[in-house]
Amino acid sequence: MAPEHQNYRHPGSGRRKARVGNRGRQVEQAAADNVGALLGDKPRRRDLLIEYLHLIQDHYHYISSDHLAALAGEMGIPMAEAYEVATFYAHFDVVRDGETPSPPLTVRVCDSLSCELAGSDELLAALPGRLGSDVRVVRAPCMGRCDCAPVVEVGHRHVLAADVEGLIAAVDGGDRAPVVPDYVDYDAYIADGGYRLLRDCLDGKRHADDIIEVMRGSGLRGLGGAGFPAGQKWQFVRSEPGPRLMAVNADEGEPGTFKDRHYMESDPHRCLEGMLVAAWVVEATDVYFYLRDEYPGVRQVLQAEIAKIEAAGLDRVTKIHLRRGAGAYICGEEGAMMESIEGKRGMPRNRPPFPTKVGLFGRPTLIHNVETVYWVRALVENGTDWFADQGRNGRQGLRSFSVSGRVAEPGVKLAPAGITIRELIDEFCGGMAAGHEFKGYLPGGASGGVLPASMDDIPLDFDTLQEYDCFIGSAAVVVLSDKDNMCDVALNLLRFFEDESCGQCTPCRVGCEKAVKLMSAGVWNDELLKELSVAMMDASICGLGQAAPNPMLMVLKHFQGDLP
Amino acid sequence: MTDRIDFTLDDKAVSAGPDETIWQVAKREGVEISHLCYSAQATYRPDGNCRVCMVEIEGERTLAASCLRPPTPGMVVRTDTHRADTARKMVMELLLADQPAQESAHDPKSELWHWAEQMGQLDSRFPARKTPDADNSHPAMAVNLDACINCNLCVRACRESQVNDVIGMAYRGHGSKVVFDFDDPMAASACVGCGECVQACPTGALMPASLLDAAGVRQGYADKQVESVCPYCGVGCQITYNIKDNRILSVDGREGPGNEGRLCVKGRFGFDYINHSHRLTTPLIRRDDAPKDALADIDPANPYSHFRDATWDEALDAAAAGLARIRQDEGPQGLAGFGSAKGSNEEAYLFQKLVRAGFGTNNVDHCTRLCHASSVAALLETIGSGAVTAPFTDALKADLIVVIGANPTENHPVAATFFKSAAKNGATLVVCDPRGHALKKHATHMLQFTPGSDVAMLNAMMNVIVEEELYDRQYIEAHTEGFDEIKEHVKAFPPEAMAEICGIDAETLRTVARKYARAERAIVFWGMGISQHIHGTDNARCLIALALMTGQIGRSGTGLHPLRGQNNVQGASDVGLIPIMYPDYQPVEDADVKATFEAYWNAELDPNQGLTVVEIMDAVHDDIIKGMYIMGENPAMSDPNAGHARGALAKLEHLVVQDIFLTETAFHADVVLPASAWPEKDGTVTNSNRQVQMGRKAVTMPGEARQDWWIIQEIARRVGLDWTYDHPRDVYGEMQGCMASIKGISWNRLLTESAVTYPCDSEDQPGHDVLFGDGFPTASTRGKMVPVDIIPPDERPDDDYPMVLTTGRVLEHWHTGAITRRATVLDALEPEAIACLSPADLDRLGIVPGDKVRVATRRGVIETTARRDSKVPAGVVFVPFCFADAAANMLTNPALDPFGKIPEFKYCAARVQKAV
Repeated sequence: MAPEHQNYRHPGSGRRKARVGNRGRQVEQAAADNVGALLGDKPRRRDLLIEYLHLIQDHYHYISSDHLAALAGEMGIPMAEAYEVATFYAHFDVVRDGETPSPPLTVRVCDSLSCELAGSDELLAALPGRLGSDVRVVRAPCMGRCDCAPVVEVGHRHVLAADVEGLIAAVDGGDRAPVVPDYVDYDAYIADGGYRLLRDCLDGKRHADDIIEVMRGSGLRGLGGAGFPAGQKWQFVRSEPGPRLMAVNADEGEPGTFKDRHYMESDPHRCLEGMLVAAWVVEATDVYFYLRDEYPGVRQVLQAEIAKIEAAGLDRVTKIHLRRGAGAYICGEEGAMMESIEGKRGMPRNRPPFPTKVGLFGRPTLIHNVETVYWVRALVENGTDWFADQGRNGRQGLRSFSVSGRVAEPGVKLAPAGITIRELIDEFCGGMAAGHEFKGYLPGGASGGVLPASMDDIPLDFDTLQEYDCFIGSAAVVVLSDKDNMCDVALNLLRFFEDESCGQCTPCRVGCEKAVKLMSAGVWNDELLKELSVAMMDASICGLGQAAPNPMLMVLKHFQGDLP
Repeated sequence: MTDRIDFTLDDKAVSAGPDETIWQVAKREGVEISHLCYSAQATYRPDGNCRVCMVEIEGERTLAASCLRPPTPGMVVRTDTHRADTARKMVMELLLADQPAQESAHDPKSELWHWAEQMGQLDSRFPARKTPDADNSHPAMAVNLDACINCNLCVRACRESQVNDVIGMAYRGHGSKVVFDFDDPMAASACVGCGECVQACPTGALMPASLLDAAGVRQGYADKQVESVCPYCGVGCQITYNIKDNRILSVDGREGPGNEGRLCVKGRFGFDYINHSHRLTTPLIRRDDAPKDALADIDPANPYSHFRDATWDEALDAAAAGLARIRQDEGPQGLAGFGSAKGSNEEAYLFQKLVRAGFGTNNVDHCTRLCHASSVAALLETIGSGAVTAPFTDALKADLIVVIGANPTENHPVAATFFKSAAKNGATLVVCDPRGHALKKHATHMLQFTPGSDVAMLNAMMNVIVEEELYDRQYIEAHTEGFDEIKEHVKAFPPEAMAEICGIDAETLRTVARKYARAERAIVFWGMGISQHIHGTDNARCLIALALMTGQIGRSGTGLHPLRGQNNVQGASDVGLIPIMYPDYQPVEDADVKATFEAYWNAELDPNQGLTVVEIMDAVHDDIIKGMYIMGENPAMSDPNAGHARGALAKLEHLVVQDIFLTETAFHADVVLPASAWPEKDGTVTNSNRQVQMGRKAVTMPGEARQDWWIIQEIARRVGLDWTYDHPRDVYGEMQGCMASIKGISWNRLLTESAVTYPCDSEDQPGHDVLFGDGFPTASTRGKMVPVDIIPPDERPDDDYPMVLTTGRVLEHWHTGAITRRATVLDALEPEAIACLSPADLDRLGIVPGDKVRVATRRGVIETTARRDSKVPAGVVFVPFCFADAAANMLTNPALDPFGKIPEFKYCAARVQKAV
């Protein structure tokens, strides 16, 4: 017989009530069931977090707090880590407790330079009213279709040279799937002698050193922008202790650049074979193909075609992992890309160490741009001289220029390295667009600086633009005309950097934001902008912050007349 | 010297060690380069994000962050160029653009403002951003992100140092922001309040709330700092008190061997109890018109309902006279004493010496009886030593870590950081506990076994090791005995059969057993989930046998570590505050030993073992013990079947209680002596790792409160002893004379080094962190494996009491809550009595979380608040024993383990229902 209960006093203040549950967020069973069903028997590996966030986003068109908590629980990762990753990437719509999810259909209007020149502002102003509240209209950075500006993405379907009426029709039409153009598929590629090189390698009929020699001899340099000699990089990685890895950077986000999309969409196997040959040379156990999420059509192509090469056993020494970006320009920076592949926020890594020594998952890693590996087969088949002999104005090799802006015929132009802007416009782009007079140009996308028309005789290649404080980068050429105010151009570019800065280091995070404020303030504070620029260039961790001041410096240097 | 890296720093030839950065070399060379996101504390990884430590390296296009850049041979580095200086100042100017002005800054003397002053860059020409709102949701910490510079030190603090994983850096670019979980208010997040982020924050964005005024501006800076050690758990974190005007303003973690600068919520925010209005400041004597009552419930704010003020002389005379009278009338066995594991080694030593030499009895014990008595019994029986064989920091050296019957994230939070770090670094973490507590998230294997089925589970693992011959034959032959017996014995415990008993499937049992046996280095940690059973000694014997048969002991990264509870439970036991041992575990029944101590103490000593805690209470009821002296213990709350214990206390003819508050035990006292709190005294304590550490007086005592050693001495003098100690150092010196383990650890050495591990052979040697690499201190020098059978819990659920009650602690409260419930922050975080129930049971019983519930056992009933706790398995109710308003120990079963004499706090039959 238990004694009677007695109420005792206690030494606490008694001013509060106790928590009624465990600390922090708890996983709701219904949400856990949803997420479990979506993930099925997929491995709960940390590096797959972004892939699984996509699963939720694709299925529900947003990510609720409950689903995010359930995913964190399912994967055994802290809530904070799930949240910081989900909120870093533009393509995840995290809906917090009590917030209303946006409408199922999102229309993204590209507001990067070429599209802005072509009128994206008007679209952004008009569309919300015309499309109504059932459609979310947002501005978005470069979609890699600058030759067809302005570009708008309806769902996952890109509408080129868009206008308001066409977009209303596209929205009403209901087709949200990406457009997949014709391309050289596996059978056609094989018929053309494709994968013979890779098979020779896998069968031991080739020597890795010979292939490295071809790369060296051709002078092929990294075509993502940094221009590091490819053969040398292979050698570096090969000399590191295994296991080694490889990554292909298909996060082509530099405004004005679309050459990689062009090659992936037209001749995907040439990219994949080059990749697998490189992986074989460095004996990479796994290769991660990191594709930006703005290219859903390419993803379909790659999914289908990679399945075929897996079925053919061509991945037998190197497993292929197709990874999907989620809307972050910075992930084109190799450190940030590696972080993203590991399922984290895209934060560039301090260097050293370089990825050839400490890369993905801490392993020595060969990282290449898509176009770099695209050329591998041709170089081996055609010999080193074939490529090297193709330059102009004293330069060697071929460059794939992505040309957009005020030219008559924009597009990917395979042209001799060292060609001048004048030659490029006249010989490859049909001259300036009607009614436009050449005023200036971006030789290397948003980051590579801005030059005036008067400097139209500089050979466009690695190393040749340095003395003008510019660089060719990914060879994204945007041509500007007398109709364009260079201050507006620079502000467009700085806004892009402000949006896309990862936020890690002070000079870039705060610098871009302050630069935009200063440049929007009417009269520019030249001195302060210059001082700021120096610090950003000197002290930022990665190329984004280091190059971000270029547009404003170039305006101050070459286009004083456009200043307010 | 080949691994030195020679390079040039500001025109000077310098050299760096292999892991040194440019910043560290510069600092060594006398140049402190500005830094914000970099903490010089060793456990913090440099991140290189703030960019105020930029230096110029010859031949490099951009500047380099010195905090994480290792020099290379021949590198030419300049810290002092115009270019580097300009960049650093511009970064500061960018940061200041978005800061509150220094005058109105949350902390005008923060690291940020310090460096701004150093650079002469105190303002900014840039336009400001929108200011984020303050988050003042948390009782302990104020979050003012308008001062945040996104340096992410708090993220590293939370994620990498403490591995609490609550803080993140969310969003992107200039919108990026420090968040708690999903950008939740701090108080609503999973934050455990360790305050590591506050200690790491260089800007004042995260600060102890107590330092800020209503406008969010810091008030007051320390006028002195005192280095000491935390008074809460057995981890023994080293701390620095920041003192202003004789009050503790705040507490920082110090680089101690057991904490590496870390603290938990108690050690950082739990110190204002010393200023609580309930502090006893004058001696009290029971009023003649206040009869004793087992059910007494006195208001500690007003003791005068039952007591009156007395002078020290009057109180001491009354206290001692009552004890002396009983000694006279009843003989020495009519007396008993409870000392404290909360006090210093010196106090514990004096207390047991008083009981033994002054009272003439070995009836002296303390709360070790209630925590690890069974573990110690098993360890002494098998390996000849009751302390840990390796420190908990060795988890970082282990490949596999077993944590069984322990909830270290709540009870040893800083030790838990090492387990979590180890798991994060890739070690296999095996957690075995009926409750799925917070370590589960980090566990490779979580074995949530049926309460009370420890032996079945552990014997099954040994069965696997024996059947699959995974044992270490060489080690067994060299260093153990009893293997053949246990080998035969465990054959009767195949995993398939045991799975039904312990609830863990056979395959998991096999996997874990294999991994443990095959690990290069495996270490076992356990807590009260192992010890507080009637089969607690058996449980520990199983763990010991596992380690011995696999040779997982005696090397770093291996061994046996019972996580000690109180800050000085190790030390109090070491100095003899237990009824069967003199200091250094010398048996009281050994005639030679007794003779030695009789000579050393100049007194005639009791030849027989004394009674233990629960036995003493029974002896009171049995009219054997009539008088007690209780110093800093609260058996009215901590003893099992506390109603019975309170009855005993009330029945005593004479009870002297020495404490800082009028505890539930003091309710029954004849004389109450106001004592000193830990921050008010000098003394040593010994943590779970056997590290003897120096505690230092930081503030003065209130009113007429007195040092505990002084009070004991005054009682001693009044019962006929001629003690003349002037300071704890005198006592320590005497201890060294009878304790070989600390002969190399002098008081002065501790003043210099703050911590030395025992055993320590000499003044110029470090102590032995890892023991028994070459045999054991047993008669045979061998470790003994003892086979054990399954004994069911004493009181199993039935129709009347269908659930299992288990008890333990919560993160915020210490032991019986006497201290922590009077600490403002801790009280705010865990303010009232709770009972934790599984979601399934709540549904079944129709209880809504927050409802009042009644928990009843055959011994008592309490009314408390229901908490929904997904960590608790169905059929179990967990009640923390720290809440006087609903004392769990009114319910617990006093059945004892026959060897350790420890009660079965972890298991009894209970009934839960919604209160009406």
